[in-house]
Amino acid sequence: MNKLNSCKLQFPARSVNEGFARAAAAAFAALADPTVEELSDLRTAVSEAVTNAIVHGYRETNGAVTLDMTLYEGGLLRVKVRDKGVGIEDVEKAREPLFTTAGGERSGLGFTVMESFCDRVTVRSVPGRGTAVTLDKYIKGKA
Amino acid sequence: MRITKEDGVLTVYLTGEIDHHTAKAAREQADAALTQEKPRLLRLDFSGVTFMDSSGVGLIMGRYRKAAALGAAVTVRGLTRRDERIVKMAGLGRLIRFEERKEITV
Ligand SMILES: Nc1ncnc2c1ncn2[C@@H]1O[C@H](COP(=O)(O)OP(=O)(O)OP(=O)(O)O)[C@@H](O)[C@H]1O
Ligand SMILES: [Mg+2]
Repeated sequence: MNKLNSCKLQFPARSVNEGFARAAAAAFAALADPTVEELSDLRTAVSEAVTNAIVHGYRETNGAVTLDMTLYEGGLLRVKVRDKGVGIEDVEKAREPLFTTAGGERSGLGFTVMESFCDRVTVRSVPGRGTAVTLDKYIKGKA
Repeated sequence: MRITKEDGVLTVYLTGEIDHHTAKAAREQADAALTQEKPRLLRLDFSGVTFMDSSGVGLIMGRYRKAAALGAAVTVRGLTRRDERIVKMAGLGRLIRFEERKEITV
């Protein structure tokens, strides 16, 4: 697959950067001429992954969140969101709808939302080391 | 954030982007009004919301719990079809009432 463009961003795990991250992803995707709906899907999915890194990954520590974005020929947009936080013990369980370790103000829908708005969601996580969530989305565009 | 009360109905007008960062202030203001006003109905108005993710669902869920504890019912208004779908995934469809939806123009 030929890369058309790529971009790497790193920012501290502060909640104010959730809005920044999804805006950056939308700006990067603009190159592929996405539809309004594709942009909404992307914004929401990126927001979920970045929020998880901040809320769960770094719940006990501070650290950086990295966003690796690549646009491939044919319209595949790949956004990889990484943290070096606590990691996930059981990824399969974490991905179940309504599963949450936070309770209260969290609904446990983040992964479900990512899955419904992307074409593929891949999670790699090592407890104590961190988590990488890869969001693949085909931008078919207005054409 | 504008909050009005009329005939026992407390209406909270949410605006802008609702995520984990912005939900905190909305939650605090809504809860303060809820505790103080003790309405019979809490209406969350999303017409002015331009973006929400699952933190918006958590916001609705948390307000539902709080309102239920105080004996108030909850309605939500002005969600887009897309956002309403997410809210219903959380099982909130059985607990709250959805008033008119926002028609997206774009
Ligand atoms: N980056 C991460 N680091 C550590 N744990 C994570 C990470 N992302 C997700 N998790 C775990 O997976 C669970 C499910 O995540 P998901 O986003 O689906 O729901 P949530 O964040 O708990 O709630 P919501 O997204 O609806 O606010 C989390 O509760 C958390 O335990
Ligand atoms: Mg989440």
